[in-house]
Order: sequence, then C-alpha cells, then structure tokens
Amino acid sequence: MSTTLAIETKNLGRIYKLRGSKKETRKELIALQDVSLTVERGELFGLLGPNGAGKTTLIKVLTTLLSPTSGWARVAGADVHTEPKLVRPRINMVSGGESSGYGLLTVRENLWMFSQFYGVPSKEANERIEALLEMVGMKDRMHTKSSDLSTGLRQKMNIVRGFLTDPEVLFLDEPTLGLDVGASRDVRKFIVEWLKADKTRTLLLTTHYMVEADELCDRVAIINKGRVLACDTPTALKQRLQKDVMFEIETSPLNGLTPQMMEEQPEVKKAALTEIEGGARLQLSLVEESALARVINLFTQKDVKVMNLNKRQPTLEDVFVDLVGRSMAEEESSERSQ
Amino acid sequence: MNAVSSKYSHKDAGWRLFLKTIIARAYPRLIGQQREVSWMVFDVVMPMLAVIAYVFVYRALKAPEEYIGFVVMGGAMTAFWMNILWSMSSQLYWEKEQGNLALYIMAPNSMMAVLLGMALGGMLATALRAIAVTVLGSFMFGVKYEVTSYIQLFSVFMLAMAALYGMGMIMASAFLLFGREAWHMANLAQEPIFLASGFYFPIKSLPFWVAAGASIIPLTLGMDAMRQLIFPSGFQFGFMTVRLEILILAVMSVLFVVTAKMLLAYVEKIAVREGRITESRR
Repeated sequence: MSTTLAIETKNLGRIYKLRGSKKETRKELIALQDVSLTVERGELFGLLGPNGAGKTTLIKVLTTLLSPTSGWARVAGADVHTEPKLVRPRINMVSGGESSGYGLLTVRENLWMFSQFYGVPSKEANERIEALLEMVGMKDRMHTKSSDLSTGLRQKMNIVRGFLTDPEVLFLDEPTLGLDVGASRDVRKFIVEWLKADKTRTLLLTTHYMVEADELCDRVAIINKGRVLACDTPTALKQRLQKDVMFEIETSPLNGLTPQMMEEQPEVKKAALTEIEGGARLQLSLVEESALARVINLFTQKDVKVMNLNKRQPTLEDVFVDLVGRSMAEEESSERSQ
Repeated sequence: MNAVSSKYSHKDAGWRLFLKTIIARAYPRLIGQQREVSWMVFDVVMPMLAVIAYVFVYRALKAPEEYIGFVVMGGAMTAFWMNILWSMSSQLYWEKEQGNLALYIMAPNSMMAVLLGMALGGMLATALRAIAVTVLGSFMFGVKYEVTSYIQLFSVFMLAMAALYGMGMIMASAFLLFGREAWHMANLAQEPIFLASGFYFPIKSLPFWVAAGASIIPLTLGMDAMRQLIFPSGFQFGFMTVRLEILILAVMSVLFVVTAKMLLAYVEKIAVREGRITESRR
C-alpha cells in the first residue's frame, strides 16, 4: 500500500445474519457491498448517505469493531481485520449522540480516563484537555459532572475525547447529530483547524447533512444501500448537473400528482418529493427551463397551488437524487417502511 | 501548549499501558463512591440489620459466642459477594449500553486490563464497606479476635479476593453474552448461595457434599479459613484445614483468572464477527 494512503478498501462487503425464530432460516442483510475507496493522508473525506445506507457499518469495519465478510480494508497502513493491534493506536472515533463516559466523573476526569487507554502521559493529557476544552468553549465546565451537561456540551466533550489522543486517522460518525446550529458551527470550525494544523492527519466524516459535507469535505463518497455510487470533490459532483436547470418548488398537497407523472413530461429529468407540513417540496431537475411550464400546467390540472418557487445551483442533494432517483428523505422513509 | 498542532512526547505501550488502563478504569469506582454516598445505607446499614437479626437468633438459642463473630464476618463479606453478583457481573453489559464497550475494544489497551480495573476498583470500594460493617458489628456486639497467623490470614484473604473477582470477570463476560438469561440465573442463585456458602454460620454444619459444592464460590472456603484463623476456637468449626483451603483457593484463583481471560478473548472475537455485542440499544 502506498504510504500516502490513510484508508484503502477493496471490494469490501459486510453481511449481517439476522436472528429470527429457530425454525426460520436466518435472513441476511447486506450492509456493505463491493466498497472500494482510497483516502489520502491529510484529506477530509466525507461519506454521505441516508440513514441505513451503510456509513456506520463502514466506520465500524475501519475502526476494527466489525470484521468484513468480503474484501479487505487498510487503515494507517495496516489491515483492520488481521492487524487490529497496529491500527488501534493510530485511530479514534466519535459518534453523534453517544453517551460514553461516566456521569459521576467530571468532564476532565472522563477525558483523562480515556486518554490513559491510549497510554498518553497524564501530565500532558491534562494540559491538552484544558487547551482543547478552551478551544471548544468548555473550559469553565471542566469540573462539571458529565451527567450535568446538556446534549450539546456532552457531544463537545465526546469530540474532545476523539481529538485528545492525537490520532493519525479520526472517524467522526454524524458528529453534529442533535446539536444546535451554534454548536454544530463550533464543531465544524474545530475540525477544520485540527486538520490544518498537521497535514498528516486524516479525517473521515459521515453525515447525512448535505451542507456539512459540502462545506467541510475535500472529497465525498455518496453511499446508498451499502454501495458507493459516486466519489469525487463536492464541486466535481455538482458539475455533473451543471448543465441542468434546478428548481425547488413548495406546493399545497399534490392531490394524487406523483414525481413519476412529472418525469414523464418532456425535458423533465428528475423530480424528487419531500412531504412538508401542509404540502410538498419538489426538487426539479430540468434539461430546459421551458419544461417548468409543463410542470406548472400539471399543477393547474390537479388544482395544486404553488407557494414558493426558487431557481438554484445544484447541491449534493441533487447529485443524490440524480444517482438514486429520489431524495434522501424519501430513501430513508422507504427504508423504514421495509 | 498548542493543543491542536503539538505531538505527545511519547505514548506508553505494553505493560505500562496495561497498568495505566487498570488504574484509569478503577478510578470511576473509587471516585464514584465518594460522590454517591447512598452506599452507606444500602451496603452498611442493610447488611447490619441482617447481622443484628442473626445475632439475636443465636443469642436466643444460646449458640457458642464464636457464632456472633462468624455472623459479623459474614455480614462484612456479603458486601463482596453482592458486589460480584450485581455490579461486577453486569458491568460489561452496562458498558455496552452506555456505548463505552466499543470505545474500550477500539482503543489499543487490553480488554483484560479494563476488566481488571473494574475488579480492582470494585474490590477497593467494597473493602471500605466491609471494614465499616466489621468495625460497627464488632463494636456493637463486643466481638473478640485472636489471629493465629497473620501471614495465613493475609494469604487467605488475598487468594479469596483473587478467585472471587476472577469469577466476577467470568460472570461479566457471561452476562454480556447471554444478557437477560444470565441475569435470571444470578437472581435465582442469590438466596441458595447465601444459604450454602455459610455467610452466617460455619459450613461444617451442612452435609459434606453440599458444603463441597458450595465451595465453588471462593468466599465459602475463604470465610471458613478466616474464621479458623481469627477466632480462638474457630478451628473446631472448620470444614477443611486452613492449608488445604489455601491450596484450593490458589488453584481457583489461577483457574478463574485464566478462564476469564479466555472467555473475554472469545467475547471480543464474537463482538467483531457478529457486531451485535457492542451494539448499544440506546
């Protein structure tokens, strides 16, 4: 493996055997299929996909917590399945919404405890804990019991836990999940600063927030149903759709009108629907702007009122719609209903 | 310091990392005890009530005075058994539920060091409770001690603790593997073990095979040997000789700790293969 690669996977697959009643044959769930990726050292790499797409499974495999059922993966130069002891000192992971640590311990004590599991000298760990807590705006909470922290502060503590051991490769699994706008912004700012400070550090981030992936990542892999559908820089991914005209329309209830009916119209490339309160939000990708008139005409026939209409630049959400055929929200609700 | 760009001077590995992990994982137990003082009620006052009840029964029956000392000692040692049964055993299960278990497995430390840290923390914290019951009981009922061999007493206590917490480590992995089923088994075993292990009477009073069976719980032989070593006529009530009990406890200690290590390695293997063991339900 090239020394410039922090992460490399080849035809990686993971199948879960689901437990049913003893009489039933065991069902299988394909969580990852043929995933081949490379992440350079120093890169901030994003995995973008709806809930249940396989992002967390991939992170679990890369962090040695789960063995692959096919293919292989290397992190920091070592095979995650056959050489986990070489991988573990070089990595760390933080998951969104995790409740790790002990409520009776203070923030500083919890962080110190986790640093010891990586062999960090106590004095240096304590100095770094103080400095990192200051950076995330939590120095005044250093001696607060972690059970007394709000969700946002607790997540910041978890983020500090991940960075504290100074890993070569850091995995952040939905790190801003459940955080308010301000706390999410702080976390994103901190991530960027951390990466800039040392070019050998690598960060793999999973998210289903398009804006987060767009704003932070050098490259993004779009993943759905365990497969990587596309992998490139956010700009290059969006450029695929540059020739299309994108509209976002908010309407009253669609009265039986479906995205498929809109896609049947000439020069309407894709229509993705998200249910919103009191109506629907449509993402339209048109080959020609004139096709909008045909869609509006359909609305008129079905007595659908247009509440809001915006012409805009393509986003990663549009890329996802282009690749999968429906929006992430639709994909998630379809997964849930299965 | 620049927390973002500076590197650590070094990171410990090998046995230093092993020791650091033990101390770090023992820390929450020890510090938690200072911050959550409800243990004084549940782990000192409650066992004392049982001790008082047995003392009154024995005095009403005009049992030998040594029995009062046996009861106080049994009351103190109960704390260790309860710690194993309800805290140590379920610890890995709760670590999973909290999301700590995945972090422990993913870190470069040994899982055995994590488990030993839990055991050490539990043992030290419980020792304080046991001392409290002993002091209080001895003071209330005027129990007199006469140690015949401090070396043997120390050996018995340490070996009993090593074997008991080795057993606790096995149970921790078993609880994680079998979940609620293990929980029910522990619930079911609690009272019979209290009876058969002789917490409040010498096990010599039991039929030989019942006492021999109960000896699988290291506290049974530990308490029997300690009673022989600290009460003037304790040897009259001994199930086996102290030397033999020390030998059995030494074998148990090695056997349980080695089994715990093997079972933990198996649990870790299953966790990575199946993925469900580290899965928190929260």
